[in-house]
Amino acid sequence: MARDSGPATVLRFSATQRVAHWVNALLFLVLIVTAIPLYFGSLFGLVLERHVVEMVHLWCGLALPVPLVVSMLGPWGAPMRADLARVSRWSHAEVEWLRRLGRSALRADKFNPGQKLNTLIVGATILVLLATGAMLQWFSPFPVAWRAGATDVHDLFALAITVVIAAHVILALTHPRALAAMVRGRVSAAWARRYAPGWADELGLEAPRGSTEREEAEKVTSP
Amino acid sequence: MADEGEEGRRSDARVPVGRRVFLSLGALATVGVVLGARLQSAARGVLGSGIGGLFPFGDRFRIYSITGSYPAITAEAYRLEVSGLVKRPQALTLADLEAMPATRLVRTFQCVTGWSVPGVEWEGVALSAILERAGVRPGAVAVSFSSYDHADTESLTLDQARMSDVIVAYRMLGAPVTQEHGGPVRLYVAPMFGYKSLKWLSAIRVVDRVEPGFWERNGYPVNGWLDGSTGPTDPRLGLA
Repeated sequence: MARDSGPATVLRFSATQRVAHWVNALLFLVLIVTAIPLYFGSLFGLVLERHVVEMVHLWCGLALPVPLVVSMLGPWGAPMRADLARVSRWSHAEVEWLRRLGRSALRADKFNPGQKLNTLIVGATILVLLATGAMLQWFSPFPVAWRAGATDVHDLFALAITVVIAAHVILALTHPRALAAMVRGRVSAAWARRYAPGWADELGLEAPRGSTEREEAEKVTSP
Repeated sequence: MADEGEEGRRSDARVPVGRRVFLSLGALATVGVVLGARLQSAARGVLGSGIGGLFPFGDRFRIYSITGSYPAITAEAYRLEVSGLVKRPQALTLADLEAMPATRLVRTFQCVTGWSVPGVEWEGVALSAILERAGVRPGAVAVSFSSYDHADTESLTLDQARMSDVIVAYRMLGAPVTQEHGGPVRLYVAPMFGYKSLKWLSAIRVVDRVEPGFWERNGYPVNGWLDGSTGPTDPRLGLA
């Protein structure tokens, strides 16, 4: 039925953003997989030569920021820069929505506050893991007490980010259209109006007939 | 009301949540790094050993092996060869070592990269007693160690080798040294970082110069004192 006026689909993630996301995801996967035998050495013993596992972990760790940084630079980085601006500066309504764990009305932006927070936590944690990981690899300038601290901070942040990533993956698998946007880049205009009405407004996607803005907004907050 | 709110949102000054998340996680991590050692002992009090051993702050050895395999040596087949600048070369069995006077130590095992395990019990023979048994010849300066893994090597100056808390250990953590911890017999150099405590000790050679070992050729200090100093002499002597 001709519910939709205007374009049928809109671009949510550029090709650059998608490549950066999936390269980043692959690096995180390798880092988590290699961290297991490094961390639980006495349980796993000798799955692989430890030195090889260490080198894979080290180089994937050093490579982790590369896809993200490259995707922000240059002319191809414009969509990434625009999205990062959205993610880092929130409206008061978004802060309130997160504070009340989604129980306040919100006309969601391109990303909802949960998605924004996930992005920020992953970004900040990458920097923490990179810094502490470098301290573990090139430890000689640091006092022994700091090396001990860096070991524990690295382990704890790694554990925390693994939980965050697991939740992210579960949410992606239970929201296949959101996941599809990260694979193919586009979402339907109807999806955008339903889950990202603030963004849909910016794109000039008209509300479907017979539905008020208020109903649209309520849809977002209902489970 | 809702519409007003929407209009308000647009004109509103935005909240710099991104900056706040980055600054708070960064500050948290910095505090963790700087206070790490102190937080560690506090967390150990809470978690205890047992299950606590699985958590980042727990008492946990991280098992390293250079070759990717743990040499398997039975207690019966074990021999410790003592050679080089000695009057009486030895091939000591585990029973020979156990028959010698035992040294017991309880120390924190400290890795140079930061992790540590407090209160580890050790038992073995003072290296000085083994050197005495073999009889060090004039001109000897240092001692080189090799491992049954055919890869790891270590070294100590003769003075370091004669410190009372340098032992050839056959018991650790209240039991015979396990294969993954370097059993049946390993070196334990208590005043230095873990990498000096060579596992699966196979041979001791008394030599006329310090031969840097595996880790030292890979960038670790030859003298890895726990206080971080790297000179040849025991830093504890200055304090006494």
